Amino acid sequence: MLERRGGLRPWLYTGPALLMLAFFLVYPSLATLRLSFLDRTSDAFVGLENYRFAFSSPPMLESFKNNLLWLIFFTTITVSGGLVIAVLVDKVKYESIAKALIFLPQAISFVGAGVIWRFVYEFRPRVGLLNTVLTALFPGMQPIGWLVNSRFATYALIVVGIWMWTGYALIIFSAAIKGIPQEIEEAARVDGASAWRMFWQITVPMISTTIAVVTTTLIISVLKVFDLVYVMTAGQYSTNVIANQMYYELYINRHNGRAAAIAIVLVIAIIPVMILNIRRFQEQEARR
Amino acid sequence: MTKRQTRALSKVPLHIAVIVASLLWLVPSAGVIVSAFRSPQAIRSTGWWTALATPFDMTVWTLSNFETVLDTLELGRALRNSFFITIPATILPIFIAAFAAYAFAWMRFAGRRAIFSIVVGLLIVPLQLTFVPIYSVYNRIGITGTFIGLWLAHTGYGLPFAVYLLRNFFGSLPKDIFESAFLDGASYWTAFWRLALPLSVPSLASLAIFQFLWVWNDLLVALIYLGGTPQVAPLTVRVANLVNSLGANWHLLPAAAVIAMAVPLLVFFALQRYFVRGILAGSVKA
Repeated sequence: MLERRGGLRPWLYTGPALLMLAFFLVYPSLATLRLSFLDRTSDAFVGLENYRFAFSSPPMLESFKNNLLWLIFFTTITVSGGLVIAVLVDKVKYESIAKALIFLPQAISFVGAGVIWRFVYEFRPRVGLLNTVLTALFPGMQPIGWLVNSRFATYALIVVGIWMWTGYALIIFSAAIKGIPQEIEEAARVDGASAWRMFWQITVPMISTTIAVVTTTLIISVLKVFDLVYVMTAGQYSTNVIANQMYYELYINRHNGRAAAIAIVLVIAIIPVMILNIRRFQEQEARR
Repeated sequence: MTKRQTRALSKVPLHIAVIVASLLWLVPSAGVIVSAFRSPQAIRSTGWWTALATPFDMTVWTLSNFETVLDTLELGRALRNSFFITIPATILPIFIAAFAAYAFAWMRFAGRRAIFSIVVGLLIVPLQLTFVPIYSVYNRIGITGTFIGLWLAHTGYGLPFAVYLLRNFFGSLPKDIFESAFLDGASYWTAFWRLALPLSVPSLASLAIFQFLWVWNDLLVALIYLGGTPQVAPLTVRVANLVNSLGANWHLLPAAAVIAMAVPLLVFFALQRYFVRGILAGSVKA
């Protein structure tokens, strides 16, 4: 009864959405692939020239290195930090306040976070928080220009990323931890398991799917990281990333072919994670 | 020491860890908010924490930074633009997605599962992949730098998540209420407006908050399709430009940032529960 065949009706309901998706996501994805083999103004075929640029030019090599640094440090610290804090706040009464404070940066824009952290990283020791604290702790230390020193700048940006995203991991892990059946924890506690053992042998295995989900989500977002770099350093001082270089090629350098090829490279980097995600989705669908 | 005291004492490191973490997360934002209310001279010469030493000395505080950024730097206009961009770009995708999600949940048609899988698959398309072709089309039909172009783009980009979330929610509504409604002769149209939508208010709210904050905080999509023209630039674009162009007037940045953050923070504090629900639904639930 409910499942009567609809004829034209389903297409009227889904039509607007499918048209929008076709125009804004499907068509441009395919068109970008084509453009990546064409020249600056998309007039002449240039073969793999844009890909040669995307894989071997100095700014792109620097971007790969930085995206890799982001991938390693941002992902591991955000996931493990979120997990540890989730376990800790679960044991205190003011859990909701602590969680709200750490989650707060998720609500503000990268632009807002960029301004906030410029003041933390400010060079003048009496104005910048970090340099003030460090010079007070280590007398004789010279203040560091965190955002203009190529040795530190990318790491300084990664710290901001971690500050923004730990709350996301925390909220999701926290919900998952609350889903662990009480009896299991009780039984372990009765058996005299330490907090350390309970963390590794109960919490982590019980929420391993969630950890995988958060990790893949963070990896995808980190490969696309743009706003923070744009606002805080504009890609200077060895902080360039793939998405920033793409913006530069499209908007400043006006080279459609290169911008398209860089976008494709970005997709190639994301595909393995995407496959993992889709597989997980199918597993869940099968279980429904 | 009683057993109870020993237990309380053993929890001290835990409390220290949680409180230190909370403060680490709070202090950077608090610093900018405090700075925004200090005099330009003070912002340039001392750290914001010095103002906290004399919190009741009213000569320390001023609203002049806000007046300057809103008027001279035209952040007032940017604030209006942000609302003008964000509200339609929130309502439009949710409506379009609700219709589609309803069909995916309660109608049977050829390719339903396959098409839905494709829609969900589109969740992972990086927006960067779409910029070059759409930017060219926009240029050709002359809607770069217009609100309409941005509304449509945000609608397209927001649809996969919206359809996914709403389809799962509609699908989890009890089957019998739809069956009896259809038995009573209700059309799909009536059931959509009278049953599906009213029963999904919490989901719609989560989704609306999510999309609202996403669009409000977006920099990249606005940069691409609007460019930097002050007439149309939202807060994010305007403040990002100020960061790189203010130079000697950098003491105005905290006030600008506070204005850019005010709306998201209000939304967050007022509707935190729905926001969290949206995040959870997007990642944990099937």
